[in-house]
Amino acid sequence: MTRIRMVLAAMATLMLAGTAEAQQTVRIGLILPMTGPFQSTGRQIDAAVKLYMQQHGDSVAGQKIEVILRDDAGVADTTRRLAQELVVRDKVAVLAGFGLTPLAMATAPIATQAKVPMVVMAAATSSITQQSPFVVRTAQVVAQPAVAIADWALQNGVKRVVSLVSDYGPGYDVEKWFNDRFRQGGGEVLAALRVPLANPDFAPFLQRAADAKPDALFAFVPSGVGSILAKQFVERGLDKSGIRFIATGDVTDDDIVNAMGDVVLGMVTSGPYSAAHPSDTNKAFIQAFEKANNGMRPNFMAVFGYDGMHAIYAALEKTKGGIDGTALVEAMKGLSWESPRGPIMIDPQTRDVVHNLYIRKVEKVDGALYNVEFATFPMMKDPAKAAQP
Amino acid sequence: MNAAHRASAAAALAAATRWRPAEFVFWAAAAASWFLLPDQYLLLNEVAIFGLFALSLDLALGYGGIVSLGHAAFFGFGAYLAGLLAKWGIGDPLLGLAAAGVASMLLGFATSFLVLRGSDLTRIMVTLSVSLVLFEVANRLTWLTGGADGLQGVVMAPILGRFEFDMFGRVGYAYSLSVLFVLFLIARRIMSSPFGLSVRAVKGNALRTAAIGIPVTGRLVAIYTLAAAYAGIAGALLAQSTQFVSLDVLAFHRSADVLLMLVIGGVGYLYGGIVGALLFKVMQDWLSGLTPQYWQFWIGLLLVLLVVVGRERIFGWPLALWRRVAGRRA
Repeated sequence: MTRIRMVLAAMATLMLAGTAEAQQTVRIGLILPMTGPFQSTGRQIDAAVKLYMQQHGDSVAGQKIEVILRDDAGVADTTRRLAQELVVRDKVAVLAGFGLTPLAMATAPIATQAKVPMVVMAAATSSITQQSPFVVRTAQVVAQPAVAIADWALQNGVKRVVSLVSDYGPGYDVEKWFNDRFRQGGGEVLAALRVPLANPDFAPFLQRAADAKPDALFAFVPSGVGSILAKQFVERGLDKSGIRFIATGDVTDDDIVNAMGDVVLGMVTSGPYSAAHPSDTNKAFIQAFEKANNGMRPNFMAVFGYDGMHAIYAALEKTKGGIDGTALVEAMKGLSWESPRGPIMIDPQTRDVVHNLYIRKVEKVDGALYNVEFATFPMMKDPAKAAQP
Repeated sequence: MNAAHRASAAAALAAATRWRPAEFVFWAAAAASWFLLPDQYLLLNEVAIFGLFALSLDLALGYGGIVSLGHAAFFGFGAYLAGLLAKWGIGDPLLGLAAAGVASMLLGFATSFLVLRGSDLTRIMVTLSVSLVLFEVANRLTWLTGGADGLQGVVMAPILGRFEFDMFGRVGYAYSLSVLFVLFLIARRIMSSPFGLSVRAVKGNALRTAAIGIPVTGRLVAIYTLAAAYAGIAGALLAQSTQFVSLDVLAFHRSADVLLMLVIGGVGYLYGGIVGALLFKVMQDWLSGLTPQYWQFWIGLLLVLLVVVGRERIFGWPLALWRRVAGRRA
């Protein structure tokens, strides 16, 4: 009797060992700019991905998850080569990351050819999701914050604006979306200014803005430059002449807002995420993130990466560990969950992100500067794709 | 006396052009890599392309003595031209390559006159500004180049109508390597011709060269134009084998990287660029795989070591060989 039991136990052990052996490793190729001018994006996302795996374990539906991190330094042909190598050599089931639009654009054909889902965690140009049926985005779309802040401005007595953007691709996009939306809503755009990306002396531009006497100045500049702009805005006394300063969330990025100083106090911006978002999910996220990263405050990029990992995990749950690319993309379509940024959904038609856009004001909370949310545009789709169905 | 002198000069020239065993080994190894390293096609493809790019800089810098910090101008110009041609339906790779080569050559010819004004420091500034101007032009012409989003819709036809570019880089690498080899042969031939020697003489001492009746300006224009054509073809190779062009083909870091590769490999013997590209790319790939955040530190450290220990001591034999030949000639 005992012997039979022992044999059975031994067999059970063997079978367990057998299933453990059958457990596959699902590899995720994470390509980020970890060096070069966009390294902050890479580091935020990398930290968030690590945190997600630490919190949710490294296996889903019986499959072990392994993330292979590669640095593309923000160079498009490197991104493309790394993606190819990850697909061909490392047999990754999912590609993820993509810090900038050209990096994602260069890689999209690889995703189509290899039938591998490509989770975009940062790049924000609308047309990326149309480059391949395997692209799924958990980042934001450029047009979303631009449209949200335009609508808010119109609703709050701003009738005349001057727009000021940095002179490069994303700048043109934001300018177009904001100004078109503002004009459609009956507002008047007095001037559309473009400032050089590399040489940020805003004085002449701010003077032109001041001369036009708008109700508000709308700005979109890379996050590091935002503080210089804000400082010169105050130095030239534009704030006292009754001109409001509105911008997209990139300008008061959580990563740097605290270091920008009191000049940005009261600045109104729009964005899908603020570290001050008042939810339990977010509080837990912030606490864990800061603990794991020497007190570094997560910014929107970190949340985009965190949500990207969630999309991958949830899709693997749905396919019961199956790694067929088409099935994974199908599984990601229509996913919705509570993210640190609030509710979020993957649009089943466009595979693009649908999330709340918040209007925030820079305030002092416990001695540190935060973007405090005070108005919400709920569950906004990509306005570009809504316009051309 | 005069006849003997001439004979020894001829012998020295012949010795300089003769193929050395090490060169056969080098190219045999390159060919073998295609058969033996199927996992590394993509990386090797980049090595071949940047090898060609560095070879082009070697023509300008190592032979002509023209210091350039803006060599990416021609690389990027060629890349955009090849990409645009393919986008407009002229997808034949060889045709695109030829077009990019000719167009970059014309651009090189046109800008060579700017470069000739002034000495090294001025040249650095002028070449740098030419590449910056092109970068900004490509950034502005969004309707043409796609601007910061990159050029979409590059579709390549199969090479010679038979070999389709594949995702594993099999055809791409064979293509890039063949182009590199052919262009290398041409460069080698040119550089060991009397023309090539006169270019080297210009680098050695422009004043004396002029005194013995060699047109200095003409030589510099010619070598710079040739280098531009080579760089354009390298750019076209990149555009064709990745089927995508983004602004960073014109970025400053391209020019800096290629100079770095050339410095690693050594200037003035044609192989330097290729060896440098191989070392740089393999090192970069290996280190960034190990430590995606800090690989630049290790590359920097290796570069410092290279300089402190001395490249001659590490891979000095080809240089020593050249020196011996040059010494015997003089």
